[in-house]
Order: sequence, then C-alpha cells, then structure tokens
Amino acid sequence: MSIAIQADLHVAHAADHHDDHHDTSGNTLFGFWIYLMTDCILFASVFATYAVLFMNTDGGVSGKDIFELDFVLIETAALLVSSITYGFAMICARHQKKAATLGWLLITFALGCVFIAMEVYEFHHLIEHGNGPDRSAFLSAFFALVGMHGLHVTAGLIWMLIMMVEVLKTGLTNRSITRLSCLSLFWHFLDIVWVCVFTVVYLLGVL
Amino acid sequence: MSNAYASHGEGDFSASVKSYLVGFVLSVVLTGIPFWSVMTHQFDHMTTLWVVVITALVQIVVHLKYFLHLDFSKEGRINTFSFLFTALIIVMVVGLSVWIIYAANELMM
Repeated sequence: MSIAIQADLHVAHAADHHDDHHDTSGNTLFGFWIYLMTDCILFASVFATYAVLFMNTDGGVSGKDIFELDFVLIETAALLVSSITYGFAMICARHQKKAATLGWLLITFALGCVFIAMEVYEFHHLIEHGNGPDRSAFLSAFFALVGMHGLHVTAGLIWMLIMMVEVLKTGLTNRSITRLSCLSLFWHFLDIVWVCVFTVVYLLGVL
Repeated sequence: MSNAYASHGEGDFSASVKSYLVGFVLSVVLTGIPFWSVMTHQFDHMTTLWVVVITALVQIVVHLKYFLHLDFSKEGRINTFSFLFTALIIVMVVGLSVWIIYAANELMM
C-alpha cells in the first residue's frame, strides 16, 4: 500500500523532471504534515480540557440532557462520506481528469456545508435555550472543542472553494495538485479528529 | 503498488478507488457499531464503554491506513514516525492531565 503523501509527491516529482530547480512539493507536503501534527497537539490539549471539565455542569444540563445521537449520526455520515468523495477527487486529479475532480470537490464541499450547517443549528439551539458557553464549565469546554473542529472544517471549506476556482482557471498543474494534496491531508485529518469528538463527547457523554 | 500512482493506467485507477472504498466500508461499520450499541443500550455500561473506545481506536487506524496512507515503506516512514511521536505526546498531555486532575479531585472530596 503506497502512501498518499508520497504518492502525491511522486506524481509531482515525475512531472517536475522538466525543471529540477522547483522540486519542492515533497518538502511542502512533509511540512504540512508536521503542521497537522502540531494541530493534533492543539486538539489534544482541548480534549484534555474537556475531559477535566465535563462533569462541572454547575447544576445545569449535562451531556445526557442535550446530545441527540441521531442528529450526530447524520453529521458523522456527512463528514465520513465527504472523506471518501475527497479521496475520489484526489484520484481523479492525479489522473488529470479535470471535470471529474471538480465534480467530486463540489460534492465534498456540499457535504462539508451540511456538516457545518447542522453544527451551527445545534449551537444556535443550545444558546437559545440558555445553554451557551457561559452557562457552565462543561458547556465552555464543549463549545471550545466542537467549535474549534467546526472552525477547522470551515477553513477547509474556504480552502476547497479556492482550490475549485484554481483548478477551473489553471487546470491540474503540479502546483494545484500539491495544494490539493495538502488539503487532502487536512480534510482526512479533520475526519479523524471528528471520530475522537463523537466518541469522547457525544457517545461517552450520553452513556 | 508503491509506485503505482505515478503511472496513469486504468488498473492503478481502480486500485486506488478500491483502497478508498475498503477504508470507507470499514469506517461505516466502525461508526455504526458504537452508535448502535449506545443508542439501543445493547450491553451493560462497562461493555458499551469498551466497545465505543476500541471501535474508535480501530477507526483511527483505518483512517490513517486507507485515507492518509501511512505505512512503514522507505518513503513513508518519516510521516508515520512523526505521527507516532505526536501520538506519544498526546498520550502524555491528555493522559497525565486527566490523571492529575482526577487524583486532585479525589483528594478534595
């Protein structure tokens, strides 16, 4: 089984043989991977904060009262399907199928939007019922953790939008494939973080 | 198939698609099991807890293997090792924080 990062590099390398001076996509992807690892540690710190604070509900609601698992299941499904559709976009990009790449990116983007819309709805619903982040330490930690993941996904969506414009305008150049590969790492990484979120926050919360 | 991506053949194309599909099916199963066991109260409390934690850990490995394609090949090793190092730091940050604070909580009772 080959490694996507390396495979992406490989394509970029193969195509870069014409000008050996600009063969930096390998460094770019490895550097981005290192950034993701630091991001992991950021998420881990917020997870630790949540684990420490989640019992301090100050007489207010606890996870059992506010989490709706069927709602979370749909959010999870949207994000999980978006992971594989992004994978398909990436495969098409490596094979220079521009229209298919754009199509899969668009589907991924739509699924990401569904996820964010549901999360915004959930937050709005909580705040409307007086369960905002200012209510208790549990809710502060909850909003910080889930909100941070949501902000990452939003950033990924903006990035994806920009990539769609780039691919549309300049086609699948080495530069755009390197960028798409970075976004691929970012997007799959966010899915892993979400696995931790729905396990630690939602499933263990209602248990 | 370590160098397969470089070629643009159709066989390579379907192999890549297949790899993602395998990862996806495994993820669906590994997401379905914990949600099902929590939503239907199928097992007792402790068993459910272990089911949820173990399926999550397995799913993370599945995502790393099939979506992020981490492996121990010569080219891929550095990514995998940087991840493993990060995982070590995470275990220390989360594990030790939780240990310290919960122990402190017990002492305050």
